[in-house]
Amino acid sequence: MRRVAYGVAIVATVLVGRQVNWADLTDSMFRPSLMAEQFPKIVTIAAKNTLIFTFFGFVGGLVIGLIVAIMRISQATPFRIVGSVFVDVIRGIPLLVWILIIGFGIPIATGARIPGSYGAGSVALAIVAGGYMAETIRAGIEAVPRGQMEAARSVGMTYSRAMWTIILPQAFRIIIPPLTNELVLLIKDTSLVSVLGVTIGTMELTKFGRAASASAFNATPLITAALVYLIITLPMIRVVAVLEKRAAQSR
Amino acid sequence: MSPIPGDPVIEVKNLHKYFGDLEVLKGIDFTVAAGEVVCVIGPSGSGKSTLLRCVNRLEIATSGSILIEGQDITDIDADVDALRTKIGMVFQRFNLFPHLTVVENLKIAQRKVLKRSKEHADEVARANLERVGLTEKSDAFPRTLSGGQQQRVAIARALSMEPDMMLFDEVTSALDPELVGEVLAVMRGLAEDGMTMMVVTHEMDFARSVADRVVFMDAGVVCEEGPPGDILANPQTERLQQFLRVLT
Ligand SMILES: Nc1ncnc2c1ncn2[C@@H]1O[C@H](COP(=O)(O)OP(=O)(O)OP(=O)(O)O)[C@@H](O)[C@H]1O
Ligand SMILES: [Mg+2]
Repeated sequence: MRRVAYGVAIVATVLVGRQVNWADLTDSMFRPSLMAEQFPKIVTIAAKNTLIFTFFGFVGGLVIGLIVAIMRISQATPFRIVGSVFVDVIRGIPLLVWILIIGFGIPIATGARIPGSYGAGSVALAIVAGGYMAETIRAGIEAVPRGQMEAARSVGMTYSRAMWTIILPQAFRIIIPPLTNELVLLIKDTSLVSVLGVTIGTMELTKFGRAASASAFNATPLITAALVYLIITLPMIRVVAVLEKRAAQSR
Repeated sequence: MSPIPGDPVIEVKNLHKYFGDLEVLKGIDFTVAAGEVVCVIGPSGSGKSTLLRCVNRLEIATSGSILIEGQDITDIDADVDALRTKIGMVFQRFNLFPHLTVVENLKIAQRKVLKRSKEHADEVARANLERVGLTEKSDAFPRTLSGGQQQRVAIARALSMEPDMMLFDEVTSALDPELVGEVLAVMRGLAEDGMTMMVVTHEMDFARSVADRVVFMDAGVVCEEGPPGDILANPQTERLQQFLRVLT
């Protein structure tokens, strides 16, 4: 069976390969001169903006996620309900829709727009990242043994003091791998903010590659953008793998 | 202003505790006086830990009162955090803070709760490490220590708050047998220094030789109490007789 499958695959590849004009294909995807033309702006503008959106999204998401996670584990039922509704609503709607709501919907409805050229995109990313991170952070807090809170309270710490100085430092150590993973997802998700009309100054990698590809009528700039994404994300993906392996071993 | 020896420091009055429909403490009354060592013994599930945890309000009493140096810790308006600084607690599973070194474990609450200066906290921490014989481990992380050493650090951590009384909940039960002795020796030293102690334990030899009074609990009530010489040698109730027979 397997041999047949391999055979079919090889034949199909050869047939497709013969149909393709390799020289044309290479030229329309990997034209060296066009690739070189993307620099330095693809780094100094596009990658920089991708990282700026990532930064705001991640830091904002961390703050929102922490607040929501603490609501989710609260003794007070209203907090727990608000927290879990937030998480469900955030995660149940696509990021693209959130970006459109915050970037277009709210200004149309209220006449007020989020200030700053990074504002709307960053806020949308932060809110959605917050919804996902809340669950990660909550899992981290719950992974800290209950005795830790009890020991901290027994020496007279208040709940919030114990949370800050004893529980959260341990929780964050536990969730470094999944948080790094979320950071990688966020880097890629910043590509969606390109649906908001942006100026040349706030173009991130995707928008930049797409605009350059359209004007050159050649895929090379997009491929170049893709490679820049990989240069950023691959090391992080490897780091996550190492961290997860180490966490699994220490268990 | 620490209490004068003989003054009541823990007064438990008609304490009831339910977990849902399960009544775990069924009207407990007893007093611990300053300087007294009280050992609480009893079969598994009799409510010993629950009682101890009610005393520093890790569990909320369902009804009744618990006065700590005259202040009711079960009162909704009580300053629980302040009262807890007077009550050291040592747990079966040590519960050291794993992200902090030994000396930081001893200093963090001194700094953050008692607002002591770095120098003062450090001095107190080192004195208590010496007291439990672990001066050389001050910069180690808890996971690198043996169970017996970790438990001694936990005792030193509680002592660093300079509490008026100490609660011990089966602090040797999680230890390998050869490590039990070093922890009991520290507790014996504390008792000799006049610390007020409430000790839940299965170590009958310790109870016999260190306790001023032994309290036997069964099924959520105090069944029998008295000096160890009396109640361990000459148990009055059938339940205590049976409990002691099973142990030996
Ligand atoms: N958080 C809780 N929720 C529900 N039931 C509980 C809880 N904690 C204790 N119990 C129950 O209360 C009873 C008394 O428990 P407790 O831990 O006080 O007993 P113990 O005398 O300390 O026993 P052991 O010697 O095994 O430690 C047990 O039946 C236990 O299952
Ligand atoms: Mg117990």
